[in-house]
Amino acid sequence: MLVLTAVAVVRMRSLFAIAMLSGVFSLLSALLFITLDAVDVAFTEAAVGAGISAVLVLGTLALTSRFEKPTKRSPALPLFVVMVTGAALIYGTLDMPNLGSADAPAQLHVGPDYLERSVEEIDIPNVVTSILASYRGFDTLGETAVVFTAGIGVLMLISGLSRRRRRDDEDDESEEV
Amino acid sequence: MGFELTQEYILGHMNYWLFSVLMMTGLYIVVAKGNLVKKIVGLNIFQTSVFMLYISMGKITGGTAPIFPLDMEIDPDVIYSNPLPHVLILTAIVVGVATTSLGLALIVRIQEEFNTIEEDDILKIERAIVQAENAIHGDAMGGRA
Repeated sequence: MLVLTAVAVVRMRSLFAIAMLSGVFSLLSALLFITLDAVDVAFTEAAVGAGISAVLVLGTLALTSRFEKPTKRSPALPLFVVMVTGAALIYGTLDMPNLGSADAPAQLHVGPDYLERSVEEIDIPNVVTSILASYRGFDTLGETAVVFTAGIGVLMLISGLSRRRRRDDEDDESEEV
Repeated sequence: MGFELTQEYILGHMNYWLFSVLMMTGLYIVVAKGNLVKKIVGLNIFQTSVFMLYISMGKITGGTAPIFPLDMEIDPDVIYSNPLPHVLILTAIVVGVATTSLGLALIVRIQEEFNTIEEDDILKIERAIVQAENAIHGDAMGGRA
């Protein structure tokens, strides 16, 4: 399903349909996250990926154009690059542990430690929350800083949009006169 | 490399391979397509497949979501999936939407400046600008530049 949606995004030319399909992609991946036991990630993905991202893309489309122009370049070189990278990635996964194996390296270090200690140290039922806010609080602080910076950047880029538009219109009128 | 192509092995690795395919689809959109909005959507697909790769690493067969019962009395027989990848990916999703919004804001500015969001057209316009500037500098140098 996910692969089909992604391929549809490649083929589509209407940007509106692409925005909707990316929302569908996010929802499907949220379902996948639920089956992989990551409920917090699933509802964040559903809210942020399918909700906010889709709204942002639609807002951009309202300010720009609705359709994609076909490119004249041949897709051979990008396809080749993508194939080589994909082959390298798959080669890299050959050594990985099986999906769901309990003795995988990722399962043996801090993960179980957090699960054990958070009962007495933090004492809230959701371990994801306790790690996010306490054990890895600095990560979250950094994340907040990144979001803040991005917000400032967006504001600086967008602000004055209507003002500039008005000025352009006035210039046009004075030229006509 | 010491691995055998058993059915268990293939099923256990199918998730990584599918996520790689998704990643490469996203990368292809970013590299090959000329429309900037489409590039951003491709970047999102790439990003989400990386998230799926991470989350699938934290999964334990027979495990459940890492949330304890409300009375905090934990049954030692219950297996919980690894919560650490979940936390990392939660952070990554939020950072991802921040970068997406920044990229889209850049696209809006580009549309304002060049009146197009196609990469080919923008390159054409920039080439024309550079040529015009070179011509001006050439005249200033007396045709020697």
